[in-house]
Amino acid sequence: MNKGKENAGTNRLNSIKSSTNLLFNTTFIILSLMCIIPFIFVFIISISSEGSIARNGYQFFPDALSLSAYEFLWNEKDVIINAFGISVIVTALGTLLGVALTTSMGYVLSRSNYKLKNFFTWVVFIPMIFNGGMVASYVVNANILGLSNTIWALILPLAVNSFNVVICKTFFQTTISESIIESAKIEGASQLSIYLRIIVPISKPVFATIALFLAFGYWNDWFQSSLYIREQSLLSLQALLNNIQKNIEYLANNPSAGLSMQQYVNQMPAEGVRMAIAVIIVLPIACAYPFFQRYFVTGLTIGAVKG
Amino acid sequence: MVRKTKRRRWTRDDTELTLLAVPTFVWYILFSFLPMFGIFIAFKRYQIFPGKSFLYNLIHSEWVGFANFKYLIESKSLYILLRNTIGYNLIFIVLGILIPVTLAIMISMIYSKRKSKVYQTAMFFPHFLSWVVVSYFVYAFLSYDKGILNSLMQTLGQERVQWYMESKYWPYILVFMSLWKSTGYNMVVYLASITGIDPSLYEAAVVDGATQWQQVKHITLPSLRPIIIMMFILSVGKIFYSDFGLFYQVTRGIPASLYDTVSTIDTYVYNALLSSTPIGMTSAATVFQSVACCITILLANWIVRKIDEDYAII
Repeated sequence: MNKGKENAGTNRLNSIKSSTNLLFNTTFIILSLMCIIPFIFVFIISISSEGSIARNGYQFFPDALSLSAYEFLWNEKDVIINAFGISVIVTALGTLLGVALTTSMGYVLSRSNYKLKNFFTWVVFIPMIFNGGMVASYVVNANILGLSNTIWALILPLAVNSFNVVICKTFFQTTISESIIESAKIEGASQLSIYLRIIVPISKPVFATIALFLAFGYWNDWFQSSLYIREQSLLSLQALLNNIQKNIEYLANNPSAGLSMQQYVNQMPAEGVRMAIAVIIVLPIACAYPFFQRYFVTGLTIGAVKG
Repeated sequence: MVRKTKRRRWTRDDTELTLLAVPTFVWYILFSFLPMFGIFIAFKRYQIFPGKSFLYNLIHSEWVGFANFKYLIESKSLYILLRNTIGYNLIFIVLGILIPVTLAIMISMIYSKRKSKVYQTAMFFPHFLSWVVVSYFVYAFLSYDKGILNSLMQTLGQERVQWYMESKYWPYILVFMSLWKSTGYNMVVYLASITGIDPSLYEAAVVDGATQWQQVKHITLPSLRPIIIMMFILSVGKIFYSDFGLFYQVTRGIPASLYDTVSTIDTYVYNALLSSTPIGMTSAATVFQSVACCITILLANWIVRKIDEDYAII
């Protein structure tokens, strides 16, 4: 069925020899497997029985499979669901806020007649080459803005970055024709309604790109958490995974019927549980990213066009 | 800026655009510019006066000039931190351009576009993982008693290795992991540029009897030059920064035996921030980092501008 498609390349004027093609394909198959297999491996560990891990270590083909790690997590679902909820809220709120802040500034900078354009261009540009450093940011966020142990510590510091603003600015400059905006102005539209009613609907690709950059950034963030969050109930999935690397016992809070706390902790499938949480984090990404992959490239190629 | 034309009046448009820009401007003030004043901490002996706010403490702390920097320079750690940060970054920059560019050229030549898409998707995957998650992937391979690498070594009749204790392996492991995570993404970026090259260039070359290699050398590579230079400047601009997660998470929190091999400025600052190290000293390290980086990026851009005006990014 795909024969024609498969051989399309051979008709190209500058095609490589078929032996070279085979060599290249082999190389990429190996590289692709190298990128995927670690995840599959971790998944297999998460469903290996604790006994099999204790006897033979981590294996691709364990002696016995078991869902005890997932059962344990289900038993402790309060912690997991809470962490999952924090991750989702932070990702959703952060992405919304970030997209709004980034694209509005991008739009403003793309207006060539705007009086303060130069000023705001500098505001956006200076942080690209100079910043106060991690200590100063920490002090400002924790001591002056008082963000420690609030969900805002996870959201606000990551909402805007200048690179994304420049991507938006360049996109608006190159794709939005001046005449659309002029005619809207003649009809009496304010800049805010131009932005909301015209720019947002026709700039979906760049909004998608920025939203995805931000969403993956928020979903994968553990660093902000490790700096600012001590409160258990505000730990995201990533932060949880980060914390249980050393101390997994505190995940065990709800002993099953008939077990003392100590017995419960001792029975915990610790190895499997760690890997199971990693799987829970990666699975949504693994399912979603193939559909969004192209937007990531769009973003970078737009950004590469000098504005 | 002095303009010859008459200055335009402030219009309603300007007011509306300013209102639109204000929220983001406030964000920049709070999260980018306010911390810039934090560099004063590095020049003070920061003291905590009970019950007072941070600003009060900062203003009433004693100025110590460059004492914090002097202390940092005199401690042996600065040399190690700089060597590691810059050394690893240089390797990452060189390999992070060579390998993805080569692979992008290779994948663009594969006959089947469908297969090429599958490879790209697979190799893109690590880009979407956090280092915390990746550290578990690595642990599954390197764990002393359960890791599959040690099981393999044992099957082959070798001694088990304490991977997380042996510093000699780590430069290789870190470089490998850095490439593992970034290669797919970078390859796709370069590939996007290659796809954008005008096909008639290749047709003309083939008519002139150019070999495959000559086409790569005289058409593909020159077309990639702008994006390669841009990626180069971007990474040189970050040469004093390290990918914190890579160094901290993949090593599982930097065990003492690996300290000299894998510590970078960022891991030092992070540990200092969460310990009782005087904040002035820690701050000195980050101020040094910011200033050095600012100079590097301007310098890199200046050099590129000298070579070819069009390729400079600033």
